[in-house]
Parts: sequence; structure tokens; C-alpha cells
Amino acid sequence: MHSAVHRMNALFTFSVLLLAVLCGAASFLDAFTSPLSSSSSYVRADAQVLRVNRFRKQLNGNDEVSLNLNVSIDMRSLFTWNTKQVFVFLAAEYATPKNSLNQISLWDHIILDKDQANFQTKVNSKYPLIDQGSNLRGRKVDIVLHWHVMPKTGRMVRDKLLLSDFHLPEVYT
Amino acid sequence: MIVTSALIIWKGLMYVTGSESPVVVVLSGSMEPGFKRGDILFLHMSKDPIRTGEIVVFNVDGREIPIVHRVIKVHERQDTREIDILTKGDNNFGDDRLLYAHGQLWLQQHHIMGRAVGFLPYVGWVTIIMTEKPIIKYLLIGALGLLVITSKE
Repeated sequence: MHSAVHRMNALFTFSVLLLAVLCGAASFLDAFTSPLSSSSSYVRADAQVLRVNRFRKQLNGNDEVSLNLNVSIDMRSLFTWNTKQVFVFLAAEYATPKNSLNQISLWDHIILDKDQANFQTKVNSKYPLIDQGSNLRGRKVDIVLHWHVMPKTGRMVRDKLLLSDFHLPEVYT
Repeated sequence: MIVTSALIIWKGLMYVTGSESPVVVVLSGSMEPGFKRGDILFLHMSKDPIRTGEIVVFNVDGREIPIVHRVIKVHERQDTREIDILTKGDNNFGDDRLLYAHGQLWLQQHHIMGRAVGFLPYVGWVTIIMTEKPIIKYLLIGALGLLVITSKE
């Protein structure tokens, strides 16, 4: 009755069940750790556009912008025992007559450790800001910080914070 | 018993998440260090529009296996509310245009199977091993069959 196969089956079923329960429990406990439940008030960050490196119209008619930004981030409060990494990125967000919303990631970074979660840096946009069309001259663009908290196991959480806005020049460079 | 309960759990998850395949196994390292090969993702398909930063599972025409990557660009049309999406793997150097169908620049809503909301490590290795080494699958099915026959009480 208690054959080896029988025992292995029981052991396997039990271990998978245990892992699933632990995963659920981890998400449940995470809901109580205060930083995650209202994270935007615990994250301190600032980002300003320092310079427009390049602003031109591509051959296909789309506007393309490259920016230089000053970024400072303090996300130490997001790290708990169940945090594997925080994926953080800056997005340019704006509206045009054609599109009610354009969200374009400019720069991203993966924070693996609480010790590395407080820093200040000057960066060039990693991905160019390319519009669908030619609507960027003089356009007001919001710089929004987004973050995505990935747990060791359980539920993933994301949030965002509007940091600053700026106007693109009226003429191409 | 095992088979029926598995089916019930699967159908239950389908109902709760509203996605046709509520669980996917990560097959590549393109999202490391967030997701590793063999991790399991729970998907959710809600009516909320897709936004940047979300991790979505999408199908590309002409590819059998769905891809799990992060959204880096979203353009939402003023009149029709249709969206254009561009994705990228966290661990990849460039965006996903090379993975899309020839000449395709954007993903649309109908390419998206769901967004990843939860995460369970390692368990997916079971299915990876079973698909790559079919002999183990047959051994396991055989052993389970034997178990069913022999464990009559």
C-alpha cells in the first residue's frame, strides 16, 4: 500500500501545494507592509530635462527627440523581505491631436538591492522619443516615474509618480 | 481524482482571470533577472487598457509560442481608442520589432493574451522537462496509471 511511487506522488503533491500556499501567504503578508499599500508617498524622486540633445524629423515624417536628464531616486522603502527587484523607468507622456495618450519609455533601470535604491545620476535617453507623426514642436511633455516591484514569489505591484514637465522647442535642431 | 481536480482548478482559474490560458511557463531568459526559465506566471485579462511598464503575454502571427515581455511604448488613438504597443525583454538589448511579423511595427489589443500579475518560481520546470524529454512524461503517466490500478482499497 505504501509503495515508493505512492510516497513520491504524495510528496510531490504536497510540495507543490505547499509552494502555492506559501506564494499566497507571501502576497497576503505583503498587503500589510505599509510601503506597498501606499507606495507613492514613500518614494522620493526627481527628474528634470537638462538638455535636448537632438530634435529632428525623420525621413518617414515622425518627430524624434533625444534628451539628457538628471534623475534622483530613493526607493529604499519599497524593499521588503519578499522583494526580488524593482524595475524603474522614466516615461515621456503627452497628448496630440491624433493620440489621446502617448507613453514612451526613455530610460529604465533594475534595482536589485536596498543598498542600491538611493542614487542620483545624469543620463541620456536610452530609447528615442519618437512620435507617431510630426506633433512635437512646442509640445508639453510630462516626465513620469513608473516602478514595478517584482516579488520573490506572489503578486507584482506597480505604481507611478508625475515628476516634472517641460516644453519641447518650437524648431528642430 | 487527480485528473478531475486538475481540470477543475484550470477551468476555475480561467473563469477568475478571464484569460484563455491563465498560467504560462517562462521559457527563455529574456526577462532576467526578474523571470527565469521555469518560473510560472499568473495572467489576468481585464478590460483596463494596457499601459507602459506592464508585463504582457502576446502572440505574434506566424509564431506558435507566446512571448512574455514588458511594454515600453503605448500610443492610444484619440477617436477609436485603439492602441499601438511596443514591447521589450528586460534582458534584451533592443526592442521586439525583430520578433514581430515581417514589417510589423506595433502590437494591437488582439495580440495580447493577458498581463502578468503574479509569480511562482521553479514549478514550471516540470512542464519544461516533460516537453523536452517525452520519455519522462510517459514514465510518469505509466507510474500514475499503475498507482491507480494497484491502489484499490
